[in-house]
Amino acid sequence: MSDWKFMARQLVRNPLSLMGIIIIVVFAFIAILAPLVAPPPGGHWNPYLIPRDGYSATPQPPSEEHIFGTTQGQYDIFYGVVWGTRSAFRVGLVVIGIVLAVGIILGSLAGYFGGVIDEVIMRITDIFLAFPALILAMAIVSVIGPSLRSVMIALAVVSWPSYARLIRGDILQVREEDYIEASRGLGASSGRVIIRHALPNAIYPTLVMASLDIGAIVLSAAALSFLGLGAPEGYADWGQLTSFARNWIVGPPGDPLKYWYAVTIPGLFILFFVLGWNLLGDAFRDILDPKLARR
Amino acid sequence: MELRSYIIRRLVLLIPVLFGVTVFIFGITMLFSPGQRASLYVTSPRQLADLPAIIERYGLDEPFLTQYGTWIGQVLSGNLGWSNVASMPVWDAIWHYLPATLDLAIFAAPLIILTGIFLGSTAAAHKDRPLDHGTRVVAIFGWSLPTFWLGLLLMMVFYGYFRGFLPPGRLSIQMDMVVNSADFIRYTHINTIDAILNLNGPVLLDTLRHLILPVITLSVVNVAFIMRLMRSSMLESLGKGYILTARAKGLPERVVVNKHARRNALIPVITVSGYLFAALANGVVITETIFNYKGIGWWAWQSAVRLDIASILGFALFNAVLFVGVNLVVDILYTRIDPRVRLGEAVQ
Repeated sequence: MSDWKFMARQLVRNPLSLMGIIIIVVFAFIAILAPLVAPPPGGHWNPYLIPRDGYSATPQPPSEEHIFGTTQGQYDIFYGVVWGTRSAFRVGLVVIGIVLAVGIILGSLAGYFGGVIDEVIMRITDIFLAFPALILAMAIVSVIGPSLRSVMIALAVVSWPSYARLIRGDILQVREEDYIEASRGLGASSGRVIIRHALPNAIYPTLVMASLDIGAIVLSAAALSFLGLGAPEGYADWGQLTSFARNWIVGPPGDPLKYWYAVTIPGLFILFFVLGWNLLGDAFRDILDPKLARR
Repeated sequence: MELRSYIIRRLVLLIPVLFGVTVFIFGITMLFSPGQRASLYVTSPRQLADLPAIIERYGLDEPFLTQYGTWIGQVLSGNLGWSNVASMPVWDAIWHYLPATLDLAIFAAPLIILTGIFLGSTAAAHKDRPLDHGTRVVAIFGWSLPTFWLGLLLMMVFYGYFRGFLPPGRLSIQMDMVVNSADFIRYTHINTIDAILNLNGPVLLDTLRHLILPVITLSVVNVAFIMRLMRSSMLESLGKGYILTARAKGLPERVVVNKHARRNALIPVITVSGYLFAALANGVVITETIFNYKGIGWWAWQSAVRLDIASILGFALFNAVLFVGVNLVVDILYTRIDPRVRLGEAVQ
């Protein structure tokens, strides 16, 4: 596995991807340590629901009790962004997991068998790819009812076709290789050839690149939540926290930036989370692209 | 293969895709029970008793294919249902809200393409020098920005801090009255164009003032995308033999980059116009929502939030058909621009 070592060294040596790794690790720690960083009120409280300090609409500035302040409806921003990190990882991992599973199954079926199976699967991907993704996701969420679960379903429905196509292309490239021919000649079943020989040799780069799309998925989920189609009110979710700030963009005369914290802080969390994955993804693309790396 | 038969073949290939798209959209509505769909025709609680009659009258419990047949017949005659949000038929609502969105698009699309091409090719020409690294970091940053958050920040500064300098909405109240008065002829309902055709300076200025922030919000993410694409395309082009030839015969570097490398690097960028359409369609929903800009994206958002299913599905269908059409045109253009593309061969 010296390939992996080589790759890891490249990623750590490049300042941009190193920064990406650090950002992701920090977020992972925040997510894992959430119960310690922002302890839930206790009792039977669902920790993903942000505790409120009263019911007044006006956001309150950072104080000792609420270090990032409170947003509209007195939801504690610090608690929200910390537990929102968990929500973000959950959405990203669940969606990418579903999408890759579907993509691998359909993509390898299409690529390996070709013919009618390929034709049918590819025409189905055409149908899904005919829609602008966010618009289709919006339509799906509003039909099955706004919730975080619906957001995950909708994002999985709109994203699987691209992965199925990528994996199909990878499989096509190795399908005619000698070792595939050889294992077929030894009497291996199609399933065995795909799983043991074609997939391992074809798709690792695609899998790695795809898992770095978590950032993009979290960004889309945040957008849907911001539009009011995601988590229920008060759920720890960055997109929703940002939308709470919509009415507080402009402060009173004489202090126009009074509510800056309500707008800025949740957005910064989204930005850095997505940035971490994109920095890593960008460096990875360079390493994997022989055309660029050799020059 | 001749161009005409290529186009005809592509058009024929569109039929299964469009058929699939309509079946998919209709399939989504069929997730609702006949009773739920019947209740869309009901306007007052008194009529709830009539649900079975409504189901009977509109055939809502017929087999899938029968209902699909009825529905597609309606869609083909331009009937996409009733939009509760707009209080008019969905088809009319699309045309009602589209001009405002076009106002945004006629500025955003050229801005995205030109800035992206310029920044990307500049970065490539300075590969591995500070300028390249700089633009790269900016691009990754721009592409990670949550559009909705960027819009809010811009508004916080340019509307809040600079006391209403660049306001949300589409027109100020006074200018809205001017636009809707009898003296102002609405040729296109696209305010920028109408203002110019009416030679009305104040309306034009007011329109532009409302457009600046949404256009920026809509553009940043996509500039980053086009720029990265242009950079790698340009790098590929710069490594080609004809560049070596151009350099060898002593042409100045500026001419080599501008005339020889950039022109050839443009081809893949043109082909992403299809992507750009989808990006704008998605972006417009978020941008118009933030800036309370009543275009088609704002309407789609309202429809989604108020669970106006007919509108949101009609909107999705409309977008899919447009998107498919745009991709077709791009593919045809591609064959014209790049003579190396042989029609009908590389369909893989």
